[in-house]
This record gives sequence, C-alpha cells and structure tokens, in this order.
Amino acid sequence: MADLLALPWLLPAPPDFRARVRALRSAHGAGEAVRTADLVALAGHGLDLSQLGSLGKIVDSRRQSLCAEGRLRPVLLGIAATHTLDLVAEALPATGLRHGVLVDTVQTDYGQLAQAVLDPSSALAAARPDFVLLALDAAALGLARPQFEAAAAEAAVQSALDYVASLRDGVRANIGAGVILHTLATPAEALFGSYDARVPGSVRWLIARFNQRLCAEVVQDSDLLLDMAAMAEMVGLARWHDPLRWHDAKMPCALDAVPLYADHVCRLLAAARGLSRKCLVLDLDNTLWGGIIGDDGVEGIKLGQGSARGEAHLAVQSFALDLRRRGIILAVCSKNEEAAALIPFREHDEMVLKEDHISVFIANWTDKATNLKAIAQALNIGTDALVFLDDNPAERERVRQELPEVAVPEVGDEPSDYVRLLSLAGYFEAVAFNDEDRKRADMYQANAQRASALQKVGNLDEYLASLEMECTIAPFDDLGRARIAQLVNKSNQFNLTTRRYTEADIAAIQADPKKFTMQVRLVDRFGDNGMISVVIFDRGDEVWHCDTWLMSCRVLGRRVEEAVLAHVAAAAKAAGASRLTGEYIPTPKNVLVEKHFEKLGFACTGERSGGGTLWELDLAAYTSPDLPMQIEAKTGAGALADSPTPQALVD
Amino acid sequence: MERSAITAQLTEIMIDVFDLDELEYRDDLSAADIEEWDSLSNIRFMVAVEKEFGFRLSNSEIESLKNVGEMVDLIERKLA
Repeated sequence: MADLLALPWLLPAPPDFRARVRALRSAHGAGEAVRTADLVALAGHGLDLSQLGSLGKIVDSRRQSLCAEGRLRPVLLGIAATHTLDLVAEALPATGLRHGVLVDTVQTDYGQLAQAVLDPSSALAAARPDFVLLALDAAALGLARPQFEAAAAEAAVQSALDYVASLRDGVRANIGAGVILHTLATPAEALFGSYDARVPGSVRWLIARFNQRLCAEVVQDSDLLLDMAAMAEMVGLARWHDPLRWHDAKMPCALDAVPLYADHVCRLLAAARGLSRKCLVLDLDNTLWGGIIGDDGVEGIKLGQGSARGEAHLAVQSFALDLRRRGIILAVCSKNEEAAALIPFREHDEMVLKEDHISVFIANWTDKATNLKAIAQALNIGTDALVFLDDNPAERERVRQELPEVAVPEVGDEPSDYVRLLSLAGYFEAVAFNDEDRKRADMYQANAQRASALQKVGNLDEYLASLEMECTIAPFDDLGRARIAQLVNKSNQFNLTTRRYTEADIAAIQADPKKFTMQVRLVDRFGDNGMISVVIFDRGDEVWHCDTWLMSCRVLGRRVEEAVLAHVAAAAKAAGASRLTGEYIPTPKNVLVEKHFEKLGFACTGERSGGGTLWELDLAAYTSPDLPMQIEAKTGAGALADSPTPQALVD
Repeated sequence: MERSAITAQLTEIMIDVFDLDELEYRDDLSAADIEEWDSLSNIRFMVAVEKEFGFRLSNSEIESLKNVGEMVDLIERKLA
C-alpha cells in the first residue's frame, strides 16, 4: 500500500496535472465556463500541497459561478488557531471539491484568537462563518510541560478544558456558528520513557486526560469533533510532528501531512452538511471471497480461517457488516449468474454476510455503471451516495468514467489492504449516531420488500392499503430536534425551499408561537420508517405561509404529503386563516417537487423573484381526501389551542 | 549531478510550488522576483527540494540562502 500521506485510496495525481490546471486557468481567462465537474475530477486525485494550492486558486477565482452552478455546498469556515494553519487553509478549497463542499476560509490574526471569538464586532464575527475551527495546541493550553503535583496536573487539565469550553460558548454566542473542536496529538517524545504513562502530570498523561475529558465533558451534540490525536497516531507521531517546522513556522504538523489534515476537515464539513456516503456497493468474486464462484464452486473459493487470503476476505465482510450495524446500507453488484452468486451466501459456513444484510442484490452481465444506477434508484438515494468496492481495476475505471460522482476506492490487488483503505478514505464520516442510524439498514431492507410487494399487488391503491400505514404528526419537540435538524440539513430532493437550520435555529422555531411546526413519522407493516417529514409554516392572521416542507424519498408515493396538508389546513382553518401559501425554490436536486403544490391543489400565483414559483390554496374550497392510512395528530404544549383533534381518515 | 540538471529540476519545482506558468532560471532569482514567493510558500519550496533531492535542509542552511544560485550550490555540496 502506498504512503498514507499520499491518500492512497485516491488515484495518484495525473502526469499532466500542471497542463490541466493551465487549461482550466486559461479557459477562465478567456471567459469560458469552468465547470464544477472538471475541477472535481482533478481534485479526486491524491494531490500534494502545491497541487492543492494551484487548484484552490482556480476555485477561489470562480467561487461565485461555482456557487451559482449549485452542485457544491458552500461553507465558510472560520479558523481561530494558536499556530499556523495557513497552509491547511490554502489546501481546503481544492480538498473540499472531493467532498461536495465549496469551502472558503476566514482566519483570525495571529495571537488574536480570544479577541476574535469573544468580541461580537470582530472581523471573524462580521464574516458570519458557518463553522469555526478552534485550533489550540498543547502549548497554548498550558499542557506542553509536565506538572508533577497531582493536584496541579488535574488543575492544568481543568483550566485547559474550561478555556476551550468558554471559547466554544463565545463562538456560539457572538458568532452564531457551529464549532469544530479537536483533540491534541500526543508528542513523539517521552520524559521518563514508558513510565510517562504512569506519572500523573507527564505531558503524555496530561494530553490523554485532556482528550478523554474533552470528548466526555466538553464536546456537545451540536459541536463537531476533529480527532487530531487519532489522525496523528494513524500517521505515526514521529512523522506527524516536525520540530523544525514547529520552531520556524509554528506548523502543527509536518507539511506532508497537510493534505490529510485538510481532507479530514472537509469530511467533517461534508458530514455536517449531510453529504457523507450512505451505501457501500460490493463486488463479489475476489472482493468478498477469493476466486470466482462460477469457476471454482462453493468448495473452491477462498474464504474464512486457515488461509491468509481467506481471512483477508473475511475481514472485508466483517467490516462491511459493522458498517451496516452503524446504518450504512449494503448492496451487491457483481458480474455473475444470480443463482451462482447466491450460493456462498446460502451454503458457505464461513460467510459473515448473509442475504438479509444486502438491501439490493444485483448479479447479472449488464455493465456495472447501469447496475449502480439501478441500485441507487431502488434505494431512493443519489448515485453520489454510493461507494463502490471492486478488486477489478477495469471495472473501477469504467465506473469512474460513467459515474464520476460514485466514490471508487483505489484498492489494488491485495485484499488485506481493503479494510484499511476503505476506512481511511472516510467516505462514511459521521457527526451523530442515533437510533435511526441503528435501524436504517433494516428500514431500507424493508423498503426492498415493499418494492417487491408493489410488483405483486400491481394496483397502487391496493398496495398502499396493504401497507397498513400509521402516520403520526406532532409539533417539534426536544426529543425530535436532532433528527429534525438532520433532515433539514440533508434532504435535497423532496425539499421545496432547501432552507438549512441548525439545531439552535430549530429550538428557536419550536419556541416561536408564530410558527406552526410538524414532524411526521410513518410506521407500516414492514417496520418503523422513523421521522420522514418536517414542515414549518409561518402563521399569519389571514395567511399561513410554508417556510419549509421536506420529506424523505423513502416514503415517496405514499400520500403522506396529502396527510400533512390535511393537518395544516385543519389547523389554519381552526385558527381563522383563509389561505395557505407556498413557494418552490429550484435547486439542481429538487426538480422532483416542482409540481408539488400543484398536485396538492394549490394555484400558481406567479414567479418568485430570484427563481421558482409561488402558490396559494383557498381553504374554504379545500376538503381533506380519504387516505389509505391511520393518522394520529399529537399536540404539543404550545400547539394545544388550535391543533385539530386526532382524526382517522382511513375509510 | 550536473549543475544544469540541478537547475532544470529546481526550475520545475519552483513552477509547481509558486504556481507559475513559466520561469526562466537565473542564479540571482530570489523572493523579490516572484510575487507568490512568501514565507509560507518558501516553506513549501524547501520541503519540495528536500523531497526531490532526498536530504534534509537545516534551519541555518535555509536562513543562509540569498538566492536560487546559492540553493544550487548547496544542493551540489549535499549531493557530492
């Protein structure tokens, strides 16, 4: 496996990199369009610091038009550091392309961290960053020298934690941005040797204590954590820390490690924006087992204990299963006869992965790009949510050409490397882990069964009735807030306005009596879909206006949106309003809901300034339809007055 | 290694590091001649030289350099 710092899961930089950058630059100079796709294709390679810088300059010069193109999610990152992160900042715009984010940065002046964060009129606050990276090193936190009194050691850690927490609170209060906190990298040098681990107050002890308490006591749900300690250990501490660069420029890590550092920051930003990958698509022959099932037969393939090869493939399966347990969907895409491809799943004793774990199983002789599209479609997710693991370089290349948005790790031909490369690539970076995640793979599983039920039933009404759906509609509450924020930030397709709100915003909306909020859950006979829709209306005297309406595509075509409309219409009527209004704000991803209001019976009242359409529904003329589901409307404390009573709309 | 080969390699490195379209090598080239050559890109430059030629530059060596010609001298000495 190639050097870790060269990001070996990516293809190496192309030999004509410089020429391609020049072509992009002169296209820009000549006033020709620089397309997001061209930049993203270049950024998808393992670039070094200078290459990231060159590409980043093009991003900077084209920022507005890239933003207008709408394929990347813009993020302004504030960097407040006690050391030099300029080179990381330089690497971020190009690195972000790899993760679907258009990163811009604003840095605090050297030595001005606390002022920038604690003064609401600082330049950092004025820039209104989306996130602020609070980068404090051990020296700045008073943890770089030993404290041999046990009490002093604990006090030093406590005061470092207090300082970090106060800066975090300052960013939230004065800047209103999300905060990225980080653990500290252990130094490479010891004072006592191995005994450092046993001396309260040795630098290693201080940093270990700080890191452990930071994660347990300081980092909150709405913060992001960059685990610098883990990153440095993965690289190797003696390699991560470069004393010369620390002394001459206050660089926190070796220059070679900057592309990796930047990649980790971008993963986190992308994950916070809901852009992490959702599904791992697995090849079979020589990926999940050694050999070719069609040729070698179930006794001939290499899998399981007893051979290095067999154990390596077993490790790939175990890792895939662990990913599934944390909410990543698994699919299979193999060139095989389906009957042959299924034999190991059914007959080989050492298979860790079972048929049940695979949400979509495609084994045929069609090209893999076509099959990957079918998999995404069956799961109702974008192809940009897929990671495709295949040992065959020709298949990888084909998929990269046809579907550049699919992540295809460059895994080489040694299966022992697969788990490491797949993990280090960070495709599935998470910023939360909750019950919904734990159940997600099962929910998608149930979805695949639903699709086959549809084929059998044939008639949509009968099918929907056969699902035995129970829909629960409730106003926002504390319990649902994290999931509400998650949906608000990652729903792209069924989303009328694509307005993003932080958890704090959601809390404010929940408390605002001028807002009418809905969180919608759906259970059916195949399982609990969890929260699948979030809606916010602004309640006026005459008119209630739709600020946000989004829904998970998992439950598309179930008439849930009609149930939602019936609910809000009843509430608005009861409150004396006469009309509901709404707007459709187009993005590259939400064309699905272009006719949403029209389908619900709204009349178009014109074009929206800035693009899109405006809609209105006369409540006097509206009657709620009969729907093939049981509906339970819950009322919250603030909504008691004018929420409709629970009503069963099933016939 | 021939001095001309070193200057050719160094020119390539500088084009990459300072993100230039082209560069005509002169012994007396220095930070004053290249707009993108600042303290940060200077660090990138030193690290790129270390990687290319396979040795480490000390802080005092870096600080003693006045122009690119002296860098070539230093590389010649280190490779000798």
